[in-house]
Amino acid sequence: MEVNHMQASFDARSVNEGLARMLVAAFMADMNPTLEQLADVKTAVSEAVTNAIIHGYSDESRQVRIACDRQGGELMVTVEDDGIGIADIEQARQPFYTSKPQLERSGMGFAFMEAFTDRLEVESCPGKGTRVVLWKYIAEDCEE
Amino acid sequence: MEIPYKIEKESLLVPMPREVDHHAAKSMSREIDFLIDSWHVKSVVFDFENTEFMDSSVIGIMIGRSRTMEMYRGRVYAINMCERAKRIFEKSALDRIISTDYGTDGR
Repeated sequence: MEVNHMQASFDARSVNEGLARMLVAAFMADMNPTLEQLADVKTAVSEAVTNAIIHGYSDESRQVRIACDRQGGELMVTVEDDGIGIADIEQARQPFYTSKPQLERSGMGFAFMEAFTDRLEVESCPGKGTRVVLWKYIAEDCEE
Repeated sequence: MEIPYKIEKESLLVPMPREVDHHAAKSMSREIDFLIDSWHVKSVVFDFENTEFMDSSVIGIMIGRSRTMEMYRGRVYAINMCERAKRIFEKSALDRIISTDYGTDGR
């Protein structure tokens, strides 16, 4: 089974949302994803990183960490911050719920992450940070 | 990011960027509202022809502009959407409030 791992960390600046998507897309390329799978993962990663930047931190120099893990045909992406955390994860995951309506956030971030991946796990500790893990099944691992 | 907005007759044309994310959305909403206010346009047309990526940030831009245009009794349109864009519009129920028939009703 093919395995691979990558991790990176970057400033919590909105310009890095595109960087995070590119990193994950480049990591996935070797797994021969369809264009739709690639777009699905990029959208889900964009939502998770945007959340870390908007909600996790108020200081743009703080770090967002991203990791990609391949286990055969399955991709796991972890997005982590050491920000304010989420007090009520159930509530945060409700479609259309947003803690920042003044920023024109639609509250669809977690709904999109769920819709475009196969599995989603959210762990958070108020005052310590949030970890979002996304899984996407890309293809069967071809073993010789 | 500089967006080449265009005013044609009473419409504001918004060529959407290649990637529509929170980073792009931050300045766009403010700029578009300013243009609507200054030019008193009757419609806002978002053109997705060059858009290759979007996330849920597009929902905030569209819903916010729909509200602005309601005050002016105008409309918001989305044109040249690829299959991906249509799927995102459907998932977030944007397809119920944004028209895609700009230009076909004589305007």
